Amino acid sequence: MKRQIPLMLVLVLGILFFVQFFVPSQLSMEIYQMALQWSIVIGAFAIVLAIGSLVNHHTLKIKRRKEHFWNSYVTLFALFAMAFLGIFGRIESLSFMSAWFRKLFLYVQAPMDSAMFAILAFYMASAAYRAFRARSKEAMLLLISGFIIMLGVVPFGAYLWGRIPDIAEWIMMVPNMAAKRGILFGVGLGMTATSLKIILGIERNWLGGGGK
Amino acid sequence: MRRMLTGLILLGTATVLLSAPPGTDRAAGPEPVPLNPPCGVQAFDKPNDAGQAITIQWQASPDEASGLVEGYEVFRAESPEAPESLWVRVGYVPYGFTSYEDQDVPRNGVDYYYLVRSKNQTQSAASGFSNPARSSEQWFNTMRINALVGSILFVIIVVYFISMAKRGQHLFVRRIAGLTAVEEAVGRATEMGRPILYVPGLSSITDVATIAALNILGQVAKKTAEYDTPLLVPNRDPVVFTVAQEIVKEAYSEIGRPDAYNHDSVFYLTDSQMGYASGVDGIMSREKPATNFFMGMFWAESLILAETGAATGAIQIAGTDAVHQLPFFITACDYTLIGEELYAASAYLSREPMLLGTLKGQDWSKAVIYLLLLLGVGLSFLSPGIREFILNLLTVG
Repeated sequence: MKRQIPLMLVLVLGILFFVQFFVPSQLSMEIYQMALQWSIVIGAFAIVLAIGSLVNHHTLKIKRRKEHFWNSYVTLFALFAMAFLGIFGRIESLSFMSAWFRKLFLYVQAPMDSAMFAILAFYMASAAYRAFRARSKEAMLLLISGFIIMLGVVPFGAYLWGRIPDIAEWIMMVPNMAAKRGILFGVGLGMTATSLKIILGIERNWLGGGGK
Repeated sequence: MRRMLTGLILLGTATVLLSAPPGTDRAAGPEPVPLNPPCGVQAFDKPNDAGQAITIQWQASPDEASGLVEGYEVFRAESPEAPESLWVRVGYVPYGFTSYEDQDVPRNGVDYYYLVRSKNQTQSAASGFSNPARSSEQWFNTMRINALVGSILFVIIVVYFISMAKRGQHLFVRRIAGLTAVEEAVGRATEMGRPILYVPGLSSITDVATIAALNILGQVAKKTAEYDTPLLVPNRDPVVFTVAQEIVKEAYSEIGRPDAYNHDSVFYLTDSQMGYASGVDGIMSREKPATNFFMGMFWAESLILAETGAATGAIQIAGTDAVHQLPFFITACDYTLIGEELYAASAYLSREPMLLGTLKGQDWSKAVIYLLLLLGVGLSFLSPGIREFILNLLTVG
């Protein structure tokens, strides 16, 4: 029963929303909108569980005095401080809390996010070094095409030879696009097949353990 | 002297003419030409919709070519004889457009009339009335017949191969290196006494790639339960977290090791994209997992995760359908499941005949698509009409 109810729900709702895709009527749209709202409500419940997990995970780390456990103090302090300021900052007489919340977001979290994103540039350089080491014929091909494309998108390429931007565009629009589309065909069918397997109850791993 | 006088008279006349106030009758000033209205206004129900929408089309004003028209105003009324105050302005489109979709039709099944007014800064000219048009809701989107036919065909092919698999027929599936390496990767972690890190992507549960990643997690969790290897599953989405927790727990129970399941092994990190990336990077640097799995949907953080993992010396297996992240994973990981291989992984690892049947059906459907593609390309060379027909056939509305 524990498995049959979810399987039945998936079958009925799967077929319902498959049909919904082909029915543009008002009722069909309302059902679709309602399902979207339900998913938001379910997500809200899941957030409670997720925060519980986060608190539990870090409390255990502190209790067990795991390596770098003091980081967990920072995490828990940040979590509760932001929640406290965010919730109580809504009260008019405590609006200074809301200002602090905004400051912490703008001057602490946002710069940290940006810094992390900026690190990507260095990782790209090291990854490019690895990818462009011409160890095989394929890597050689990648190196040459990468070099042409890089030259083609900067003015220096056109300065060297006027046809370089055209060749770079051809590489992007023909062989690159063909490969991308080939992958996307497979992805589209894979998505459909996975959905079908779940709707028909053939794939049950999502229920946990593959289930019999 | 005479020349000077003539010059002064001419100069004076020109000054008077140029300084004459607007609207005064200049000797050579032309009358402003009245603006021509658009014509042939037609209104009809917008096809394949939920109702309360009418499409209006017209022929451009002849003045559009000379740049006199700035745009068109569209008006609606319930009767062509309605007084001007009852004509509701429903929209405006700039010149160059000759159609408008009225999305706010008050009631379905009631006749409405439209007129279109060409307009510039000083003038406007109204067209004649359109034919009466009434909006209605449709119960089938005819622009999606092709999708329906394609889906039915796909289901038939898949069901055929499932029935073949049920009859016990052997179905060959090519070797996928990344999936064959899963066993080896788990074994390596066990030997080294280090954990396995499994990242189920950063997308929500509504993403099919996330569902595929969770299916693979079930298989990996069974292996870690078997070998008693620690498993770490950090999550970004709260719903994915709860599902992942349940999957791992059930996998341990199924293997007969519910006692080995650590409730804290599947945990929630943060909703922030870069926050999550730095959190996982921290785990990789501190815990030094022997194997990292990156399965599901990834964005810019893919390389941050994969490069950090490579720096810690872990075996890395990635799988995603995000085409733009594939090059990063291919560069930084030992094995990468490209696109559809991610969806095939669950069937490949479990070797369940029914799942393998769907995999086979998927392959044959792809073969059918490629065949149709070749046929379409060949036929489109014959005439532009055929090319147009094929394009229409493949367009989903």
